[in-house]
Amino acid sequence: MSILAQVTYEATSKAESQAIAAAGQAGIAYGLATLGPGIGIGYLVGQSVQAMARQPEAAGMVRTTMFLGIAFTEALALIGFVVFILLKFV
Amino acid sequence: MSTGTFDGPAPETMIVRDMVKKAAIAGPLLILVFGLIWGANGALSTAYGLAIVVANFVLAAAMLSYAGRISAGLMMFAALFGYLIRLTLIFLAIWLVREASWVELLPLGITIIVTHLGLLLWEMKHISLSLAYPALKPTSVSKESSAK
Repeated sequence: MSILAQVTYEATSKAESQAIAAAGQAGIAYGLATLGPGIGIGYLVGQSVQAMARQPEAAGMVRTTMFLGIAFTEALALIGFVVFILLKFV
Repeated sequence: MSTGTFDGPAPETMIVRDMVKKAAIAGPLLILVFGLIWGANGALSTAYGLAIVVANFVLAAAMLSYAGRISAGLMMFAALFGYLIRLTLIFLAIWLVREASWVELLPLGITIIVTHLGLLLWEMKHISLSLAYPALKPTSVSKESSAK
């Protein structure tokens, strides 16, 4: 009886440790997926603000481009997030 | 206009208002198609995904336009931390409902990606990059009013 209990316990703990490892890996993947777009948005906004400071009359145009750039860059993070959700829960 | 702030109408708000109109047109079609594939739960999940994407755009535009009225430096802050905040909110919005009976994660995920990219690409056709019309291409009505 005690051997059976021990085998069951080991199997459970192995499954749990696998689940914890998978969750950790999914978290790392999602973190990496947001890192690139984060750098991209930082660079994009920095350059846009510099452009607005140099040429204030073009601020509307620059802000339009900046907003679309942010949205497109963010799409990469969203794709990473959706892949994370699908791998984790489906 | 000074170099630090932008006093004109916020282009982000104009763009997002137009995107919401387009989402209202394309959304029901997407809900119908995904509803036919995944059933009622798929349709509900698609509607939820659509709402998340639209709310994300609206929040981004609101944060940027609000910060832009104060200073360009704050706009940088709003763009970067806004990105972090909005990703966290999207994560929470899905995390909280992930085990609900009406949630189908596959159509929800597909909707988020397809709607986000689809709306942006559709909007690109209507974007004007000129000094006179910085956000959207002018309609005949706005051309006439600006000529007066």
